Amino acid sequence: MIGWFPENISTYGGSIDSLFSLIFYITGGAFILTQGTLLLFLIRYRRRDGRKAAHIHGDRPREAAWTMVPLLIVLVLDFWIDYRGAETWAMVKGQIPRSEIQVRVTAKQFNWEILYPGPDGRLGTADDLQMENELHVPVNKVVRVSLRSKDVIHSFFLPNLRLKQDCLPGREIQAWFEATKPGRYELPCAELCGFGHSGMRGWLIVHPDSEYTRWLSEHWPS
Amino acid sequence: MSDASAVATLSQATHIEHGQASLLRTCVFSTDHKMIGKQFLFLGIVMLILGGLMALMIRWQLAWPETQVPGTRWIPEPFMTDGRMDPAFYNALFTMHATIMVFFAVMPILIGAFGNFLIPLMIGTRDMAFPVLNMLSFWTAVPAAVVMLASFFVPGGAAAAGWTAYPPLSAVPSYSGVDWGQNLWIISLAILGVSSMMGSINYITTIINMRAPGMTLFHLPLVIWFLFVTAILLLLALPVLTSAAVMLLFDRTLGTSFYLPEGGGEPLLWQHLFWFFGHPEVYIVALPALGIAAEILPVFARKPIFGYRFIVYALITASALSFIVWGHHMYVSGMDPRILGKVFMVLTIAISAPFSLIALNLLATLWRGSIKLSAPMLYAIGTLSLFISGGLGGIFLGSPAVDIPLHDTYFVVGHFHLIFAGVTLFAIFAGVSYWFPKMFGRSMNETINKVHAVLTFVTLQAVFFPMHLLGVGGMMRRIYNPLQYDFLQHLQPINVFITWSAIVLGFAQILFVINFFWSLCAGKETERNPWKANTLEWTAPSPPPHGNFDAIPVVCRGPYEYSSPEATQDYLPQDLRFVQTASQA
Ligand code: HEM
Ligand SMILES: [Cu+2]
Ligand SMILES: [Cu+2]
Repeated sequence: MIGWFPENISTYGGSIDSLFSLIFYITGGAFILTQGTLLLFLIRYRRRDGRKAAHIHGDRPREAAWTMVPLLIVLVLDFWIDYRGAETWAMVKGQIPRSEIQVRVTAKQFNWEILYPGPDGRLGTADDLQMENELHVPVNKVVRVSLRSKDVIHSFFLPNLRLKQDCLPGREIQAWFEATKPGRYELPCAELCGFGHSGMRGWLIVHPDSEYTRWLSEHWPS
Repeated sequence: MSDASAVATLSQATHIEHGQASLLRTCVFSTDHKMIGKQFLFLGIVMLILGGLMALMIRWQLAWPETQVPGTRWIPEPFMTDGRMDPAFYNALFTMHATIMVFFAVMPILIGAFGNFLIPLMIGTRDMAFPVLNMLSFWTAVPAAVVMLASFFVPGGAAAAGWTAYPPLSAVPSYSGVDWGQNLWIISLAILGVSSMMGSINYITTIINMRAPGMTLFHLPLVIWFLFVTAILLLLALPVLTSAAVMLLFDRTLGTSFYLPEGGGEPLLWQHLFWFFGHPEVYIVALPALGIAAEILPVFARKPIFGYRFIVYALITASALSFIVWGHHMYVSGMDPRILGKVFMVLTIAISAPFSLIALNLLATLWRGSIKLSAPMLYAIGTLSLFISGGLGGIFLGSPAVDIPLHDTYFVVGHFHLIFAGVTLFAIFAGVSYWFPKMFGRSMNETINKVHAVLTFVTLQAVFFPMHLLGVGGMMRRIYNPLQYDFLQHLQPINVFITWSAIVLGFAQILFVINFFWSLCAGKETERNPWKANTLEWTAPSPPPHGNFDAIPVVCRGPYEYSSPEATQDYLPQDLRFVQTASQA
């Protein structure tokens, strides 16, 4: 199933994908075992003349072991998933690594407003520049995104970067990513935000270093 | 027990009075729990059909976006233009599809119909503790349904903010373009909340107070345990939704700002309140379904249920946990992964334990049984199988890091439909076909039901399993046209496949509907206990008269004594006093 994911181009995407695979193998195994057992029982214990069902209540320890042992295994697997999951989650949504690039994304019905800080690297100064639906970033750099919304809840979704974060009115939420491959990637909105929700999308443009410098100098000619 | 018997005599007295009442009193404003159960069943079936038709319209639009939907030319602008769907109407459709399915189809059938019909019969009493309240509960649900359906016809159309109705979208009319539709949605759910409260108080009181002599808690049939816990969940969870929704109504109409940041409110407050209700709600829907499966499996395996007490303890554990895991719906709302987030994650994943235990015990019930694949059994097995599949999908979403890419995609839609649509519908089919003889004194056609069971099982998987792939591929839920996105183009053949499967699934349901109504009028008449089952309802006549039992049964044993070595026959009804042993025979 992992093959159905869009191409991963983020530094942390691999951890998410491998956690997905781990859960896929665990649940896949559980699926085959349980559904297989079900099918087996249906065939093996189908009604036949002259055979009576066993009179078992499953409450004696010897009998209950048949369900308790699998239960213990489930619990152990649960904790394994918890352990791996907490690590990955903290990496994506916990402490944000030091970043050189910062942008502010303000969602509104039905566009993404992207605000670039300009050469001074600070938002809210005169050299800020705003674009609609185009997020330009350099490859292999940590990008910090401050998410806001002007009206309803939207969700900033970068399928190729395995990043999704809601944008809430009245709050500013920080997210980050580091893209590892140049290209144009879609930036859809993932939270129902009104009749224009479907089709609300922007583009993430990941530039190779030299191209990024050129893009910068085009927009902020010094 | 003296209190309880006093209540029993009292309700018995009211019944005798009703004996010679008019048609209006027996069929419309009946206080008889069996009639009320049937009324809920019919209400649910009608709404199920409406909700299903909406689902098909949604599916059509997703497979062949913006083409004419067959048979919808009559729907006027601005909803549809010459059979082509408007995006705003699409949002209204999935919102109403979900609301109708959850609140007006599945809950009325699983809880309203089976709860009402089964509880007094299976615990061995003559009616509910509060028969009039019971009648009011149904007649409160009806206006709620009418208001919900009427909301399609007000200017601006029906609610379109999703069944989760997140503000500010749902709180400010200009954001969604929906005005009174959303208000009516809230009002309808508030009315329905009153109906559910009356029902659940009644169920809880009846089960606690009115059990037949000898019916200890651990002699209760499992479906009654499941309904009992469901009623408690309803009682604790639903008022939270109702209050949250009324605050939403105030934001919309009175200028308050509970959820609006401009006025100092907090949109996340709604999410907390909604999901504090919402997660238990999932169990409110799923538990009765599991209870029905647990009830039917032993009967057709001719074997005692495996680990009765473990199932009950697991049921209680899972239900308690359901109140403290709502955060898993908010992993990408901005939750801090450090402490609070970890707690939600661990608890959420831990829920797999009690549910695994239930599934394993049900599975073990089949082990060394003597399984007869009658139609109700096929449905019950389908319920169990779908429950396992649906539950496993939840592990992905419960893990926050994996939820980041999957949240709000079709992975979620596929996952919850396996439970919401798969498990519940199969349990409904199982329950209806199993108790049909008791409800109507006639039996359904087995062959048609078997064909229907297999067809539904296959097409249901074909509809909901590929949705997981769409979700992994990144397809967002609640989008009107997937072809608007470059990265979704290659997934379109899956969407077309799902829609074809859904169409076949829809047509397959005609089999059941025809079988149901045909059997109602012309099915073969049945005896009291056609399945040779142990529980008390089978000792009453089919259909049971007013007051149910010839004499109140006295319970001697648990409900699942099948194939006991003590007896010559392979079942031992709960109230059978003298067991004929092999040596006597
Ligand atoms: C069996 C046939 C069914 C089919 C083919 C079907 C199909 C669909 C589709 C296509 C959506 C839209 C998803 C989206 O746009 O995001 C949807 C949404 C939904 N359905 Fe169903 N459905 C079925 C039955 C049910 C049942 C029985 C229930 C509930 C008990 C249910 C509950 C929901 C819910 C809660 C939503 C979410 C709506 C929202 O996003 O607000 N469905 N369904
Ligand atoms: Cu949106
Ligand atoms: Cu939940």
